[in-house]
Formats: sequence, structure tokens, C-alpha cells
Amino acid sequence: MMIKFVLHRLLWGAITVWFIATATFFAMHAVPGDPLIQDKAMSPAVRAQLEARYGLDKPLSQQYFTFMGNMLSGDFGISFTQENRRVNDIIREHFPVSATLGIAAIAIALVGGVFAGSIAAHYRGQWPDKLVMFMVVAAISVPGFVIAGLAQLIIVRLNAAAESTVLPVAGWGGVNHVWVPALVLGLGTLAYLSRLSRAAMLEVLSSDYILAARARGISGISLFFRYQLRNALLPVVTELGPAVAAITTGGFVVELIFAIPGLGRYFVQAVQQLDYTVIMGTTVFYGAFLVVIVVLVDISYGLIDPRIRLSAGRS
Amino acid sequence: MGIPVFRFAPWQPPILPDVECAAPPSWRWSPSLLAAAGTAMAMLLFVLVGPLVWQQDPSQQWLSQVSSGPTSGIYARVVGPIPAKGTGNLSRLTVIESNTERVHLAWPEVVSVERFRLYRAKQHQSGKGLPLWQGRDRSYTDELQLRRQIYRYTLVDADTGIMLFSTETRPEPAISVFEAQLQGLIPASAAVYPEYVRLPAHPLGTDALGRDILARLMAGGRSSLFVGIVAPLLFISFGAIFGGLAGYLGGKFDHFAMRSADFVVALPFLLFMILLRIAFGIGPGEDGILPLILAMLLLSWPSSARLIRGQVLALRSQPFIDSARLSGVTTWGIFRRHIFPNVLPVLMVAFSFAIPQAIFTEAFLSFIGMGVSPPSTSWGAMCNDGIKTLLSHPGQLLWPAAMISISVLAFNILGDALRDTADKRSGGVGQ
Repeated sequence: MMIKFVLHRLLWGAITVWFIATATFFAMHAVPGDPLIQDKAMSPAVRAQLEARYGLDKPLSQQYFTFMGNMLSGDFGISFTQENRRVNDIIREHFPVSATLGIAAIAIALVGGVFAGSIAAHYRGQWPDKLVMFMVVAAISVPGFVIAGLAQLIIVRLNAAAESTVLPVAGWGGVNHVWVPALVLGLGTLAYLSRLSRAAMLEVLSSDYILAARARGISGISLFFRYQLRNALLPVVTELGPAVAAITTGGFVVELIFAIPGLGRYFVQAVQQLDYTVIMGTTVFYGAFLVVIVVLVDISYGLIDPRIRLSAGRS
Repeated sequence: MGIPVFRFAPWQPPILPDVECAAPPSWRWSPSLLAAAGTAMAMLLFVLVGPLVWQQDPSQQWLSQVSSGPTSGIYARVVGPIPAKGTGNLSRLTVIESNTERVHLAWPEVVSVERFRLYRAKQHQSGKGLPLWQGRDRSYTDELQLRRQIYRYTLVDADTGIMLFSTETRPEPAISVFEAQLQGLIPASAAVYPEYVRLPAHPLGTDALGRDILARLMAGGRSSLFVGIVAPLLFISFGAIFGGLAGYLGGKFDHFAMRSADFVVALPFLLFMILLRIAFGIGPGEDGILPLILAMLLLSWPSSARLIRGQVLALRSQPFIDSARLSGVTTWGIFRRHIFPNVLPVLMVAFSFAIPQAIFTEAFLSFIGMGVSPPSTSWGAMCNDGIKTLLSHPGQLLWPAAMISISVLAFNILGDALRDTADKRSGGVGQ
């Protein structure tokens, strides 16, 4: 049952990736201009030669099939604007950076969100609850780039006060470069998840099985981890798929502001320069990545809650 | 439904069987709801009526007041191109002319000093401050980013470093004749001009290009809120019609509608917002709002389509719909009398939650330079300008950021209240 379910989801995912690739291809070619329009004027002969080299002189449908064929063999081609750089290499070099940032952000959001939500639920109506809810509202209402800017401002002031570099303001390299951007990136998700886990935890707390567990003498940490947390985690895990999507795309701005050499920056740059191959490569890669994440989340959902597996198998 | 897709709908509104026709939503005006509604109204008034009250041109640049702090309407000295001549007999470092266009200093000859060096410091800055100039002259005109604050000038012997003179001055506000003519404060052709002109007030200061921030907040807010309200209105209406038809008609059309919704949802949202925004393109002189709204319409309709389809699907099998159909009410009549009033509260909730999302999306795109294009502006575009001067002038980021945050907060609270009302209405009947 489980295998059939996973295969079904993967097949559906493959169709989705194909659709993303096709939609991107035609949306991109609908943009006026092409990647060969640059600052320098180009003689018609040079232009014709370049077009022939990149295959831009062929009809669009033929370009499409060529591209799809190459993509199936795992080759996204060569960048138009960054000479002699293969798109595969760009992804291989810069995606790990984005991924590191994203994983750190997700980890912070998940742990922080569930923790804050649980505290708020346990102290319902008291000041910790109010504090958490206030922070949630603030974090949801302030755009990520503003939080990023403010975080930089605070780091600068902090470094100035300490008269040494306590935390780097921007850039990429050491472990210290990760914390602040990851926190900024995960903050919105953290807020959302804490709201969600607070609601879930409230429901769990008032349920009969918690009462029964208490009656059996289970209390404290054991009660929290084995009964409350595990049940309250369910809705949070469902939201992880969209959360990963939000964090990967939200990474654009954080990468831009903190000068992090991630893939998001390359995408924005590629769109501005109409670098066809880089646009296609990054979009398809991100699309496939998101599809895989959603499938993984679905599977993990089934693992956490055995009831789900049954209902999925039935349909 | 062949494929077990777990839908990530954050909120599934309950549909209960006994609701025959929608009662008008009963509002409970809690204080937070009142505050939110008031804030939202105030925002709309600010951007719509504000420009009538505050009639400064949001793209007018004041070269003499780049990144200035808040000012009330001050009088500024009109300064010609040539500095005033120093008098012959000086005994110390003398300020001959002191205004924000230039500070002209002169000093006497000093025995055995060949070369002078001049420093400028802010009043409370320790040390001599910024070295401005070094040379043999006995006068200097400082034109370097002067502001209305007290400066301390220190003259030293450049060879030995011995301090010779020091003086303090506070430049008075000034505007050059050229700029005064450019801004129309004095007639362009007149040979004689008044000594002082009154500069317009900038209650929130000016940005890095010398433009009035208050006027820009109003102009920017108009694009931000326009996108924030019109785009959701369009994509929710489209989604509702499409999803409603799918739910009601069922069959092949339903299958087609839901599969296309699945595909659109699978597209990476922001990547495609950027792509489509560029693909729809803008001609010269356009502000880029229309492509933005079109892109949002194309990418955002599925959530409301799914929502309404689910609602209609549940309503369709209700007894009161059957009885209406049996008594000969037309399809259109059923839609108008029974289905539409029942999905309206859900639609309103979806709409009010879509507004902050759309405001955020617009802000994000404008922030990375792919939203509203200059000379038009929006709060997101203002944030993009402001973040460049964040370390020296945080206000230029904070004002537009505050406007975005306050509007988003207000619409979020409104949405929450609407949802509570909708939930209570449908929940109350069943129990």
C-alpha cells in the first residue's frame, strides 16, 4: 500500500516537473528580447554565428525538444551570460549554500515554533501566551526584507559597541555567517508554526487521552514528549511542505541582503539578463526539489500518524 | 478523485446541513476589530485623500536636502555661486560665511607656517575629525555635505602638526540660486532675488534623492494598496466562478478545473511571479502594476477555486437545494438565491486574508526591483531605496516598512474577525 502510494505520488511529481519545465520554457521565450542583447553592439554576422552556436536560430518547438532531451539526460546546458559556465556547475556550487541556509532556517523555525507554541498553550491566557502571540503577530506582519535589514543594523551596532566583529554583517564562510540569516529567513515560518502548534496543543491538552494518561500517573517530560508533543506535531508536519517552499523562495531576499552566494541570487540575476539556460535550470531544479519535499512530507506524515497510511491506501 | 493528495488548506470551513439561507453576518465589534477596521480605513484615507492635503510632488528632488531629517517649513538663505570675500585684517580663524551650501573660512598669516591643514569635526566628536584640505592659501570653502549642526574647524600646521586655531559654527539653512530657480521658488530669469525663500516642510524628512518621504508614502501606498486590493478581488472572483462552476457542474469540467489548479499550485510561486511579470512586459512610461496584477491572477486563483468548489460540492447535495430544484427554480436562480449567499462569508474571509498576502507579494517584487517601476513607487520600492541608506538613515526604510506592516496587520486582524463571524454563524446553527 505504502509503496503504491509513494510511486503514485512520484509519478504525479514527474508530471508536475514536466509541466513546470514547459511553462517556464514558453513563459521565458515570451519575454521580449533575448540573452544575446548586451551592452556591446553586435554585427549581424557575429550574431548569426552566436545564434547558431546556441541553437537560437531553430524554431521554438525544436529548441523545446532539444532542451527536454538534454534535461532528461541531466544536462541544463551552458550559461549565456557567464561564459563557459555550465548550469549544472552553477547549481552544484550554489545550491548547497542555499540548502545549508534553508535547513538551518527550517530547523530554527520548527524547534522554535513548536517550543513557543507549546509554551503558549500550556500557559494559555497568561503572560507567556500573550508574549508569544504578540511576537507571532509582529513576525507575520513585518516583511522579511525589513527584518533582514533591521538585523543587520543591530549587528552593526553590536559590533560597534563591542569594538570587534562579534557577528559578521554579511557574507558567507564560517558557522557564524549562518545564524542570523537563518533566523531571519525562518522567522515568518517560526511564527506561523507556533500559531499552528499552539492551536494543536490546546486541542491535545483538552483531550480525553491526556486525562487518561494523567490518571495513569504519567506526568512531566514523559507526558509532554510521548503524548502531547507527538499528537500536536501532526498539523505542524503537514505545513512543512509549504514552509520549505516559503523558505526556499524567501531565501532570495535574504541572500541578496546578506550577500550570500546562494542559488536564489543567480535566479534573479538570470531573469534580469534573460539567461535562458540558467532560468530553466534553476526553475526546474527548484520545482523538482519542491515536489520531492512535498512527497517526503506526505510520507513522513504517514509515518508519524499510522491512521493516514490506511486512508491513503484505501483511495 | 484518483490521487490521494493531501491538500494544504489552512482552514476548512464547516458546512452544516441546516443552513437554508445566509443570515447577514452578525458582527461583534471587539476593540481589536474596531482598531483594525479603523486602521485600514485610515490607510485608505491616507493614500487617497492624503495627496489632496499634502500637495508635494513625490518625485521632486531637493538637491540641497538629500536625506535630511524632519523639517518644518524653514526659511533658507539664497546663496549665489561666488563666496563672500574675506576682510583683510584677521586675527584668528574666522567664519566669513556659514550656511549649508558652504562654509567659508579665512585666517591670518602665521609666522614660520608654510602649509596649513584644516580639519572638521562634529560638535561632540572627540579629536580633530575629518581632514578637509591642505595647502598654502589662507582661506577655504567647505562644501562637503553640510548639515544644520554645529561644526568645529581646526587649523593646524601641516608640517609640524601644531594646532593653530579652532572655531565653531552652525551653518544656517541655505539653497543655491540655481536650485531655487529649478524648483520655481524664485523666477528663473530675475537678476535680483530675495535674500531668503521659504522651503516646503518635510515632516518625515527626505530620501537619498532629496524627495519628500511623506508625499512618497502616499504615492507609494496608492500602488501598494491598489495591487493589494484589486489583485485579490480579481483572482478570488475568478477562482470563485471557476471553482463554483466546477463544483456545480461536476464531471469532466470539474476534473479539468481541479487538475489545472493542481498544476498551477505546483509552480514555484515567486519564481513564476518574476517570470510572468517580465513576460507581460512594460512599455516605457508604464508603472508595471498591470503585469503584476495579471501575474497574480494567473498564479493565485487555485486556492479560492478549490475552496469554493468544496463549498459548492457540499451545498449541492443539501436537501434545500434539491427542494429548490424540485420546485422548478432555475440553475441561475439556485446559484443566486441559495449557493451564492452561502459561500459569501467564506469568500469574504478568503478575500480579507488574500489582501495582506498580495501586499506582501507586491512589496517583495518591488523590493527586488521587479515590481512597480520608477518613477512610480510603492512601499516595497521605497524599502528597496531605503535599505541602501539603512546604516546612516534608518528612517528611510522604517517608514515604508511600518506602513506595510501596519496595513498587513490591520487586514490580518480583519480577516480573523471575519473568520470568527463566519465560523460562529455556521457553527452556531448546527449545535
